[in-house]
Amino acid sequence: MWWLLPTASASTFMPAQGTKIAAEVDTIYAFLLISSLISFVLLIGGMCYFVVKYKRKSANDKTEYITHNHTLEFLWSFIPFLIFMFVFAWGWMVYHDMRKMPEDALEVHVFAKKWDWRFVYKNGKEVTAALDENMKLQPSTMVVPVGRPVKLIMASEKVNPSGNDPTDRPVLHSFFIPSFRVKQDVVPGRYAALWFEADKAGLYNVFCAEYCGGGHSAMRGLIRAVAPAEFEAWLAGEAVSTEAVAQVNPLVAKGKTLYAANACIGCHSVDGSKMTGPSFKGLFGKTEQTDKGSVKVDENYLRESVLNPNAKIVAGYPPGQMPPYAGQLSEDDILALIEFIKTLK
Amino acid sequence: MSSADQHAHGTGHHYAHHFESAEHEYSSSKQGIWVFLCTEILMFGGLFVGYAVFHHMYPLLFKAGSTFVDWRMGAANTVVLLTSSLTMALGIYYAQKRDAAKSGLMLLITIACGAIFMVIKYFEYSHKIHLGLLPGSWFHGSLDVTFADGTVQRVENLPLYFSFYYMMTGLHGIHVLIGMSLIFWAWLRVRKNEFGPHYYTPVEGVGLFWHLVDLVWIYLFPLLYLVS
Amino acid sequence: MAASGTHDANENYLNHEKGLWSWLTTLDHKRIGVLYAITVAIFFFVGGLAALAIRTELFSAGETIPNLGPNGYNRLMTYHGAIMVFLVIIPGIPAFLGNFVLPLHLGAKDVAFPRLNLLSWYCLLAGAAIALTSLLMGGADTGWTFYTPYSINSAPAVVMMAFGVFVAGFSSILTGLNFIVTTHKLRAPGMTMNRIPLFVWALYSTAIIQVLATPVLAITVLLLAMENIFGIGFFDESLGGDPVLFQHFFWFYSHPAVYIMILPAFGVISELITAFSRKTIFGYTAIAYSSLAIAAVSFFVWGHHMFTSGQSEVASVLFSILTMLVGIPTAIKVFNWVATMYKSSINLASPMLFAIGFIFLFTIGGVTGIFLATIATNIHFHDTYFVVAHFHYVMVGGTLMAIMGGIYYWFPKMFGKMYHEATARLSFLGIFIGFNVTFYPQFLLGANGMPRRYFDYLPVYEPLNQISTIGSYLIGIGFVFAAISILIGFIKGEKAGANPWGARTLEWTIPSPPPHHNFDKTPIITAGPYEFR
Repeated sequence: MWWLLPTASASTFMPAQGTKIAAEVDTIYAFLLISSLISFVLLIGGMCYFVVKYKRKSANDKTEYITHNHTLEFLWSFIPFLIFMFVFAWGWMVYHDMRKMPEDALEVHVFAKKWDWRFVYKNGKEVTAALDENMKLQPSTMVVPVGRPVKLIMASEKVNPSGNDPTDRPVLHSFFIPSFRVKQDVVPGRYAALWFEADKAGLYNVFCAEYCGGGHSAMRGLIRAVAPAEFEAWLAGEAVSTEAVAQVNPLVAKGKTLYAANACIGCHSVDGSKMTGPSFKGLFGKTEQTDKGSVKVDENYLRESVLNPNAKIVAGYPPGQMPPYAGQLSEDDILALIEFIKTLK
Repeated sequence: MSSADQHAHGTGHHYAHHFESAEHEYSSSKQGIWVFLCTEILMFGGLFVGYAVFHHMYPLLFKAGSTFVDWRMGAANTVVLLTSSLTMALGIYYAQKRDAAKSGLMLLITIACGAIFMVIKYFEYSHKIHLGLLPGSWFHGSLDVTFADGTVQRVENLPLYFSFYYMMTGLHGIHVLIGMSLIFWAWLRVRKNEFGPHYYTPVEGVGLFWHLVDLVWIYLFPLLYLVS
Repeated sequence: MAASGTHDANENYLNHEKGLWSWLTTLDHKRIGVLYAITVAIFFFVGGLAALAIRTELFSAGETIPNLGPNGYNRLMTYHGAIMVFLVIIPGIPAFLGNFVLPLHLGAKDVAFPRLNLLSWYCLLAGAAIALTSLLMGGADTGWTFYTPYSINSAPAVVMMAFGVFVAGFSSILTGLNFIVTTHKLRAPGMTMNRIPLFVWALYSTAIIQVLATPVLAITVLLLAMENIFGIGFFDESLGGDPVLFQHFFWFYSHPAVYIMILPAFGVISELITAFSRKTIFGYTAIAYSSLAIAAVSFFVWGHHMFTSGQSEVASVLFSILTMLVGIPTAIKVFNWVATMYKSSINLASPMLFAIGFIFLFTIGGVTGIFLATIATNIHFHDTYFVVAHFHYVMVGGTLMAIMGGIYYWFPKMFGKMYHEATARLSFLGIFIGFNVTFYPQFLLGANGMPRRYFDYLPVYEPLNQISTIGSYLIGIGFVFAAISILIGFIKGEKAGANPWGARTLEWTIPSPPPHHNFDKTPIITAGPYEFR
């Protein structure tokens, strides 16, 4: 009876738990399974008993005339109410943990397109689907360290980011890791965030859970959780030299170039001095007062302010000073700029 | 479809066989019309909610967009529609009084008001189309907006305003046209002297619909023209 | 019987007029009900074939049906969903059974607006024709939910689908409007609102949703069509729009629409349970008002489809708690039905078998709804086969079982003949067992993380998918038996008589089939609908 045993169900009928949150979700799941099984047996068992006991004996059977019973009706309204509220509150607590982004997480950028995942690390290391030596397709594999929170910052992009085909538009995807019991839609035009902390080494499936067309079911990825030291070695290996990682974060370097090349430099200082626009120094993570109320400066706000600067204007600055950069910067460019701004503490 | 399903009534009106009396039929029909008007409100409601959402996201956008529409034309149309609502109400009143001549005249004036509304709308539309101020991706006008205080600013998502403008006024315009045809149909029946104190449901129903069309415009006018 | 002498005793609504034209122009609610039955049955057949094709494709990992490919599969999945939702389940009970039964239940001669009633049938036909024309344009592959921005590029097939849904929506609105006014205005003398049968209460609550929610669907699909034609940008982030706004609009209709699908089924079950238990319903008031409560709350729970969309935590929490609240009136109904069976006299004829099957399956569908309303577990189950299993338990295990039960219950009234009982019982066995074999494994697949709308899957999911596919064939066989039992009924069914079940509601007081005008003498009502004393 697998459904009576949460541990058994986790190994046999649910994918292996890969995080602490997964264990918490499974506990709720087990509670729900057991309590609904009990209610089901009581209710349906009762019904079956009535069916057998009160099966029509003759054409003239007399039946009781019972119209209602207030006590009974109150009880079977109020007890479910209590149970539902309990489950609701429990579900909310665990959900709250899922959504509370850890402060010191390793950030990995995820780009979703039809139909592949692309993972970009801070040092510029990029992972996509690839053919192995046997010419077999290997899904995009994200390598993460065990025991350290990982935060994914996800965006949906076009199939050909530099192309101008109007039918090539980013669509919805959803990043789903069954073993971690987390899932987040990737919505075009904004960043979505998701975090997890793998607590044991292993290989975990990633699926696209939001319908995205012909390659939807083929849009797979993998997460390989490894020991921290192995992760560092992997991150430093191959594409990027150790010195480069030690000296400069390539994404940041790219952002710095863009900062100069796209005239940001004319209005936004990096040393805190006030120019036409707010300074970038210490900007990230700050709470700004804008014409739309207070806003916490995060990736989404920066992105919006690059693409549509007049959407939320910081108090004390006139609107309409900055041209919108929509259509002029690629997703990678915006990401690099944001990473650059993040370093200006 | 057999006419045997209808009962003759003392005043000459036939009510359907499943009603007890002409009054019964009238109150049922009226309730049906009100329920239908609810669905209309919910349908326009979708657009109004969309407006509210985007107004919250980009208040500047609607301020910018309203500089491209002429509030005087909108105001003129408001007056025209309010007048038509009055004549519509009078049309119903005279139909109840069995005054076919006056009722018919009032309905014709109402139709004329609807036509004037559509003509003004036509001038507004053709002017905008001429400037390339089309909805969404068809937009090919200038994104530079001169605000009321004289400042010029580029508004990147200006086409979105025109999407709202055309969707809202377009759906409303279609309702005006439908309303005009319905009133015309009522006028044909008024001419045949079909209505009187005991039976005027069609005129009344058409009238309620026309008032709703008017009411929707009264909300559209400030939202699109006066938002700055 | 025909005491008034206006017609002879053998005249009824079927032979009152003859010829195809008399059917196509009929204003008789009973005939319109039969017209709906025929159309819905045809759409159900088409949608069912699509379902069998889907299950066949999923029998093994990789491509199973040669040359179908993911694009063919996605179209199958889209048309299965759209046909079953918009053309089968939504009109299924209200427009077919409701049309036939509602005026009879109220002691009325017809619905309030017979012409609108006929028009609504033509709207359904026109909507279906327009929607299915999209097949000639390459077919839509967006799923029945039409999520933007994916659906923005699929013109013109999606535009046709959108217009088809728009037109079919009017069918639903007009039916709802008709039922509201009929219930308010055409009740027989003495039939107060707390003496109307529970089926009428269910239809009335449904009608409120139809009238208030369907227009929002209409504007949503209209905006979607405009988005495709003019690129208006409401849902297009590159023009400043918001793709998630579409989901809000869509579910603002489509979640209440779930109750358009299930509330009438509750009504049918209330009728069946009391008639076949030969006992007055337990908790009439609770069942009646819980329908209204469900209708009201259903407008405020749409965001539970969007827990992973990135909506704010506050919104998710509110939608979660409201969703839990819907569970309570639903649970109350189930308890009341079971309580009605206490100290009763249960006749296990086919309609009752389907009603019992309904309670069994709907309870599973209902409790798994709580799994999904709980935010933390929803995050894992969302968009997996767990959701697919859940809503099939509710929509098929619930609504479809109720339709089958209702058909067998009212078939004698409709045509004056009995259906074939033995094959009807076989159909119940096939559908009930097949259903569980098909959809129970899908809960396990979903818990294991298999996402929905997948053409292909990891080999580890194969065994459960194979069981599921075999089950779907069993359901198919069940429906073949159902068709046979009805056919035998038409050909050589024994005469039914006015009241073969010993039920108490008004339709059983008049001959089968009913005369053209239903009641020769308007009935006077002096007691509640289920007076088994």
